[in-house]
Amino acid sequence: MSVNSSRFDSAIGWSTRPDAWFSKGIRFILSALAVILFCGPLLVIFSGAFDHNPDPTKLSVIPDSPSLINFKVAGENKIWDYLANSLVIAGGALLLQLAVSVFAAYALARKKFRGQAIALLVILATMMLPEEVIAIPLSLVIGDLPLVHVSLKGTLLGVILPLGAWGFSIFVMTEFMKEIPAELEEAAKVDGAGELRLFAQIILPLCKPALGVIAVFGFNMIWEQYLLPLIVAADPSDYTLTVALLALRSDDMVGTGIVLAGALLALVPSLVVYLSLQKSFLRGITTGAIKG
Amino acid sequence: MTAVQQHSDTQDVGSTASGGGAVETHPVRRRRRRRLTGATFIPWLFLLPAALIFLVFKFIPMAEGIRLSLFEVRPFLGDIFVGFKNYATILQDEKFLTASWHTVVLAGGQTLGAMLIGFFLALLLEGHAKSLWFVRSAVFLPVVAATAVIGEIWRLFFYPAPEGFLNEVISWVGLGPWEYIHNTDTSLVSVMFVGIWKHAPYDMVLILAGLAGIDRQQYEAAAIDGASTPQRIWNVTLPALRPVITILLTLAAIRGLRVFTEVYVLTGGGPAGSTDVWMTRVYTTAFEQSEAGLASAGSVLLFLVTLILTVSVQWYRRRKEAR
Repeated sequence: MSVNSSRFDSAIGWSTRPDAWFSKGIRFILSALAVILFCGPLLVIFSGAFDHNPDPTKLSVIPDSPSLINFKVAGENKIWDYLANSLVIAGGALLLQLAVSVFAAYALARKKFRGQAIALLVILATMMLPEEVIAIPLSLVIGDLPLVHVSLKGTLLGVILPLGAWGFSIFVMTEFMKEIPAELEEAAKVDGAGELRLFAQIILPLCKPALGVIAVFGFNMIWEQYLLPLIVAADPSDYTLTVALLALRSDDMVGTGIVLAGALLALVPSLVVYLSLQKSFLRGITTGAIKG
Repeated sequence: MTAVQQHSDTQDVGSTASGGGAVETHPVRRRRRRRLTGATFIPWLFLLPAALIFLVFKFIPMAEGIRLSLFEVRPFLGDIFVGFKNYATILQDEKFLTASWHTVVLAGGQTLGAMLIGFFLALLLEGHAKSLWFVRSAVFLPVVAATAVIGEIWRLFFYPAPEGFLNEVISWVGLGPWEYIHNTDTSLVSVMFVGIWKHAPYDMVLILAGLAGIDRQQYEAAAIDGASTPQRIWNVTLPALRPVITILLTLAAIRGLRVFTEVYVLTGGGPAGSTDVWMTRVYTTAFEQSEAGLASAGSVLLFLVTLILTVSVQWYRRRKEAR
């Protein structure tokens, strides 16, 4: 039996020879099916959102009668306010999360101090504590913060602050910072750099790839939040876009097209972030996500 | 993920990172000076923001949840200590028992289904060609789309009338029409299907990473020995993927047990409670029946189950590695 080594580029042994029409054909058809199955539904959101009056029984990838009316009516249903809520929360929580993670990781990766093991264990514990589990008491804590006795109920800050620290981001960042050679720090110290300069000018610029990873994961995690904005909201005007979708749908006066317009607005930011930071995302899954 | 490993790694790196040349020449003087300049206290300063947020929004709620679970919570009237009565109530509650059964079925089905589909996708799309990279990126999109968005579009597909979208599609192969999430017999399977659809591409990426790590010579050797493709996959590929599969199973099972958004968006637990899972039950108990004590007991129980699951998988893996 002759063995063509390129046949073993893949587990199943897809042939890469130019004349392997059968193997290539099957692979092409199956790939096309996979793309239709996994992307098709998302494309339907696009077409439905731009369709004058989408019929749930006749969904298609191309709008029947293209128009922007859905967005106009959705605007009357305060969709832009919900989008603004979502964007402010995403921006604020992400910035906070990045800063908090980078600071914590700097201490954990570049310093040796008493209680380090405990600090790591505590962060690990937060990752074992599913956010769903603490949702009910969290809603009480947000209504009456300990010590200061301020209520964050119905505020965007009430969603932003709990998302400000994420064990996953801290761990990914810590792992990455450990790889930075100590010599760089030594050299900077010899030059008389202080702690903050060392952190901001030596360590931080080297962490850009990891920042990409935790940014895209952080955004995804924040955008995916559902229970938290739901329990923090004091009334429907506090909803994020994703939470508002359900309220929109339950409103009999609102048609399918308007719900889909909202769904599209909630979908686009995730797509933009994913497509622009795709490499970071896939790297994060295969290296860091294993810890999550 | 192993805490002990993590810890020892940090210490190794830490000791080389923070020790300067001066330490070797004047260890005593150096240490004294460092303590004065705050070498022990600066790390904690960097950790302070994270610690504060975790304390207020994770640990205090957790402690509060455990406390509340032992009380009958009566807003404005004062809570009454009831011991473990809330736990007993929940464990005897018909609806919670049904919900726990649904949760296990849903978590199990989604975990296995997503892994199986993810495995086939990975086999199909493994390779370096640019076109394959494109297909992989496209297939991955459901993972990044928010669950609420996905719920809306699948609700439309699940339109129960015969002329509904999915019914139309399955009629081409002579099936249906079905009522999907609107029928108590098919609702749970429909929710499961959406979960598989969303999570399979994620599993695909991890399995692809596992596939990339397999030594090509093993495939060649198997082929020379006359193994067929299924035999090769069964005897070479699958054993090599075992670590990835273990991780996926653990992650997905834990994720599955705490499922909330998918169910809440698609069915809200209905029809007639046929898709009610543990977290939707807890949510209803807390916010619609205003039984914070009962709901907290439900949350603590869920936490204990996930904790036991995580720890036992870790323990099992550790013991296997030690062998």
